[in-house]
Amino acid sequence: MNTLIFRTVAPFLTSLMVLFSIFVLLRGHNEPGGGFIGGLIAASAFAIYGIACGVSPVRRALYFHPMGIAGFGLFIACVAGIMSIFVNVPFMTGLWVFPKVFGVELALSTPMLFDIGVYLVVVGAITSIALALEEREED
Amino acid sequence: MAGSSDTIVDLSQAMVTAPTTAADWLVIAPVALCLTFSALSLMFRKDVSRQAPLAIVGFALLLIVAILLLRHVWMNGTMVMTMGRWLPPFGISFTVDMLGAMFVLTTAVIALLASIHALADLDSTQLRYGFFPFLFLMIGGVCGAFLTGDIFNLYVWFEVLLISSFGLLVLGSEREQIDGTTKYAYLNLVATTLFLVATGYLYGIFGTLNMADIARKAPLLRETAPLMTLAVLYFFAFGMKAAAFPVNFWLPASYHTPRIVVSALFAGLLTKVGVYALLRSLVVLLPAERAILAELIAWVAASTMLLGALGALAQNDIRRLLGFVVVSGIGVMMAGLALGSPLGLSGAMVYAVHSMLVMTALYIAAGLAGSITGSMAIGATGGGHKADPLLAFAVPALRPSRAGPPPFSGLWPKAMLVKASLDVGAWWLAGAILLTGLLTSIATVRVFLLACWRDRETVEGATSGGLLRAAPLAALLAMTLAIGVYPQPLLEAANTAAAAILDNAGWAAKVFPEAVQP
Amino acid sequence: METALAVLVGVFFTFAIYLLLSRHVIRMLLGVAILGNGVNLLIFTAGRITREAPPIIPDHLTVPDVAVANPLPQALILTAIVISFSFFAFLLVLAMRAYQELDTDDTDDMRVAEPANDVAPPVSY
Repeated sequence: MNTLIFRTVAPFLTSLMVLFSIFVLLRGHNEPGGGFIGGLIAASAFAIYGIACGVSPVRRALYFHPMGIAGFGLFIACVAGIMSIFVNVPFMTGLWVFPKVFGVELALSTPMLFDIGVYLVVVGAITSIALALEEREED
Repeated sequence: MAGSSDTIVDLSQAMVTAPTTAADWLVIAPVALCLTFSALSLMFRKDVSRQAPLAIVGFALLLIVAILLLRHVWMNGTMVMTMGRWLPPFGISFTVDMLGAMFVLTTAVIALLASIHALADLDSTQLRYGFFPFLFLMIGGVCGAFLTGDIFNLYVWFEVLLISSFGLLVLGSEREQIDGTTKYAYLNLVATTLFLVATGYLYGIFGTLNMADIARKAPLLRETAPLMTLAVLYFFAFGMKAAAFPVNFWLPASYHTPRIVVSALFAGLLTKVGVYALLRSLVVLLPAERAILAELIAWVAASTMLLGALGALAQNDIRRLLGFVVVSGIGVMMAGLALGSPLGLSGAMVYAVHSMLVMTALYIAAGLAGSITGSMAIGATGGGHKADPLLAFAVPALRPSRAGPPPFSGLWPKAMLVKASLDVGAWWLAGAILLTGLLTSIATVRVFLLACWRDRETVEGATSGGLLRAAPLAALLAMTLAIGVYPQPLLEAANTAAAAILDNAGWAAKVFPEAVQP
Repeated sequence: METALAVLVGVFFTFAIYLLLSRHVIRMLLGVAILGNGVNLLIFTAGRITREAPPIIPDHLTVPDVAVANPLPQALILTAIVISFSFFAFLLVLAMRAYQELDTDDTDDMRVAEPANDVAPPVSY
């Protein structure tokens, strides 16, 4: 899998897929999409980069260890659930704020935060499994 | 869309409108705490120096929360919190009764003590590989299973604890561990899949997954729906999780392979989750079907305990022997399930608490004995009394405790179960319980005689590894002695719990307050 | 429609059980994967089949105006798919490690944890 064409295209393909995964993640609140499927797209993007250019460039590009990313995702998902303690409603209740940024109303909510957490957990966990498998093939 | 909608919706039709008090948060706190600390220790997993304080703080907080929860349930009865404010049965309810609170407290005690032992026992590579993140996740799964009031959510917690137990089981990836994990993984996965099959059928029949709702509707559907099929499926699936004969073979094949602290945690917690789920599904949800199955459950219980004890007699490796002892204990608990009387059920619960503490202690003691005498094989160990007098005291105290003479905690549940069996004329079940006690004593006392009292040259440089490793063992020993000498609070708690799980109407009334009942 | 799906579930279970009875880890893995799909289909069928009518409430109403598909079985299946996917990934890695370390994928030959000729415990003190 080490052809010149693939190695040239892979970085562009990866960045495009990561961008698309974020689009799918944010779109997921009212339409098909969401954290899990977005995370899978991003993880397969990193897997493609790993197949084309080797595992260590992927690890360098990610900067944080994939399991660390998964841990952070789990953490913010927990935080999204616990936030409802401050308004006297049960765990995991959806809370919404509608701040105006440059005249545009943004709908920010704890379900979105939770979804971002899911996204990061999936990216981290699946990427670390994929990279471990790819690393073994190189031995 | 929520902000721009112009339709006025009466939220009280769909949502819980009463404000949630701080006390209500105790219901979810054990799970939320474990997941948060799992995330934190996963984020800092390279930094071994931060793992220890995180683990100790996390499990100490869990213990405090569990004590508060038990106190609250003791004083105010069953507690309910429904996630996301959606009214049950649409929102997922967490319901804590005495049974759940009691088991969560025991879990918290074991988790704290085992993590103290682990800090002294594991080296930094194993900590870096992710022992504590998996441990927190597993304890979160165990607590979630004990606290949830939704049958599909119970399945999710089973999977959470299962996948983290895989992680703990292969920690270190030695050949033996990979072998053990393969068998453990496939058989447990089949068991949870069967659980899912049963839950799919259950949803098809009841149209609800909320356990209180199911318990409320079961008597109405009994004439027309195949509830017996459900009961048998649940019995088989959870029996497999609990390692009941004849589907117990995964347990002795895998429990001796991981690090000793992991074995201790598994033996203390995982099979008891299966027993808990059996109690929940058969006693609370499908009591009439349990009564029909009682004879079968009793035979399964008797054969599980006797074959477990016989298996223990045939083992040369201490850890494999203990695996069979775990199996025989499951049989004793299932005897309580088969009896189904308040006394039998509370006996099973007391036995479960006792077994959680003692099995953890036995594995830790086996680990210490192994590192002092330099071998896990009974035939090769010896000289324990010279190397470590504390151990030579702890081990004899623990061994018979399992079997149950006074003044140890094993006495009371066995007495309750024997009494409950004789009450219904099941003398053979009472006989099986007593015979199991005898066989287990022979198996375990023999280990102790050979490993601790036999004179043999000790291995050069072998030590028990300092105070930190032995302290949890001493604490567990103190607890089993305390329960043996003063069992009143535990017995009272178990009686309350047994009464609570037999009283479906009271439970349903807590989850569905009168105001919203159709 | 329910009958056809029920038969299909039966076929899935047959294949899964046949594969799970094999001694080879990789076949067992495929069996587990098929079993998971069979169970998902079972939940889907048990949750009642409806013709395509997405459970979306129109803007001016508070309850759906026509009979819509039941979204709950789909949520359950989605959860089960996610879980079985992660188990499949784990078991695949485990099968590979087992093949590398133990040099076999036959469970009958995996006798490291439980040796075939284990010594009996001493019978006397």
